[in-house]
Amino acid sequence: MNDREIGIGPLRIGEPIVDGSFLSALQYRGLAPSWQAGSVPEGIIPEATTVLALTWCDGVIMAGDRRATAGNVIAHRRMRKVYPSDEFSVVAISGTAGMAIELIKLFQTELEHYEKIEGTRLSLEGKANFLARLIRGNLPLAFQGLVVIPLFCGFDERTQIGHLYSFDIVGGRYDELSYAATGSGGSEAKSFLKAAWKPDLTREEALALAVEALVAASEEDAATGGPDLRRGIYPSLVLVTEQGVEEIPDEVIEVIAATVMEGRPQ
Amino acid sequence: MMPFYVPPEQLVKDRADFARKGVARGRPIIVLRLLPGILLIGENSSPSLRKIGEVYDRIAFAGVGRFNEFETLRVAGVRYADLKGYTYARRDVTGKGLANAYSQTLGQIFGHELKPYEVDIVVAEVGDDIGSDKLFRILFDGTLRDADSFAVLGASEESIAGNVGSSLRDDLSLEEGVRLACAAIEQAEKREIPASDWEVAFLDRSSERRAFRRLTVDELAAARE
Repeated sequence: MNDREIGIGPLRIGEPIVDGSFLSALQYRGLAPSWQAGSVPEGIIPEATTVLALTWCDGVIMAGDRRATAGNVIAHRRMRKVYPSDEFSVVAISGTAGMAIELIKLFQTELEHYEKIEGTRLSLEGKANFLARLIRGNLPLAFQGLVVIPLFCGFDERTQIGHLYSFDIVGGRYDELSYAATGSGGSEAKSFLKAAWKPDLTREEALALAVEALVAASEEDAATGGPDLRRGIYPSLVLVTEQGVEEIPDEVIEVIAATVMEGRPQ
Repeated sequence: MMPFYVPPEQLVKDRADFARKGVARGRPIIVLRLLPGILLIGENSSPSLRKIGEVYDRIAFAGVGRFNEFETLRVAGVRYADLKGYTYARRDVTGKGLANAYSQTLGQIFGHELKPYEVDIVVAEVGDDIGSDKLFRILFDGTLRDADSFAVLGASEESIAGNVGSSLRDDLSLEEGVRLACAAIEQAEKREIPASDWEVAFLDRSSERRAFRRLTVDELAAARE
């Protein structure tokens, strides 16, 4: 029986995987996630988003709305798009939801795997480069409409500075100094941040700014969901500082969202 | 030319003697069940070549013998666990499954390879309470044993096990466990081992996800005071 095709197989030693990469181990077994598509009909695959990240005095913050759409239909109201990728970094996704979620899972596993095998974490730049490689591998599908674009940020343990990275569909990786946003509402969020972002924001200012930029995007982009106070659905907010990743609980976001919504123009 | 006939009993015995000798040269490691979690501790003067390692959320590995051989096993175990967790779910990765996989692999190597592995390993899995902790001991020939409350690997195994067994209780704290283990090894080796020459790791029962952490030299020194 060929265990390459049926599952993970037994514990194997002496495999020719020298780079300590989890993706290499998957590829060696023929288990790396892959999708084949001819042409994809529009409006059947959940996508669209606004995710954004910005720097503040103690680190970085990443935020994302919770809506996924398939064509004109709201496919999911509570989808999560912002995920801690390890203790000191966060990744957010835009584009084809199902593929993006799988790539995030692979990315998280890769970082943990590397850390355990090598006994040390990848550098922040190393993590960003690996993520770029995952996106690059997806290029043929991107041309068929199945696009995945992440946003990545983290705290660099060596330089002690928070960093943002944005990406394009060919796996191009770009350092961002102050803020970044992507997804269908990304440009709206970016123009908001362009006007409102300033250096050395405090924690409270950064949280409020992130929520307000998302609200601004949701007001213009039908595929981005604003805070839903009635249903209790709030944007995701994750901070990264010297102490590591901190997910902001819903109760806190609820208060911020309510204040922000009150101050928005009619 | 006809090869000499060697009876299988002799063949197996020779291989086992060979492997046992290699293992007995290894510096000892103790794995202890404590109230707050599982302690893995041993003498290791190298800060980079580790004998104890994290495998998965609540699972750790410890090995003595030939470094390259147990390191190969450790890496294969991490890969096995990560593949399983990625393919199914994190909770599907269990110490028992991993121990079984090691046992199969070592049994294969013992019977079929030119030379058996000179290793002795432990797979430790911390549970919700001390009663559900699991310690699996896997020998060079694939023999799998369920260790009760502690395991000792490497040189002076019997005398260290005697020292540990006589003073181990179910309600020891991490600091008490560290003191007990250090004393058990130093007593058997009849010498003092400086704080920088210990490798100490702990599977923290209260941890939500990745329970493994290493104790620094300072933490060890503080615990021994």
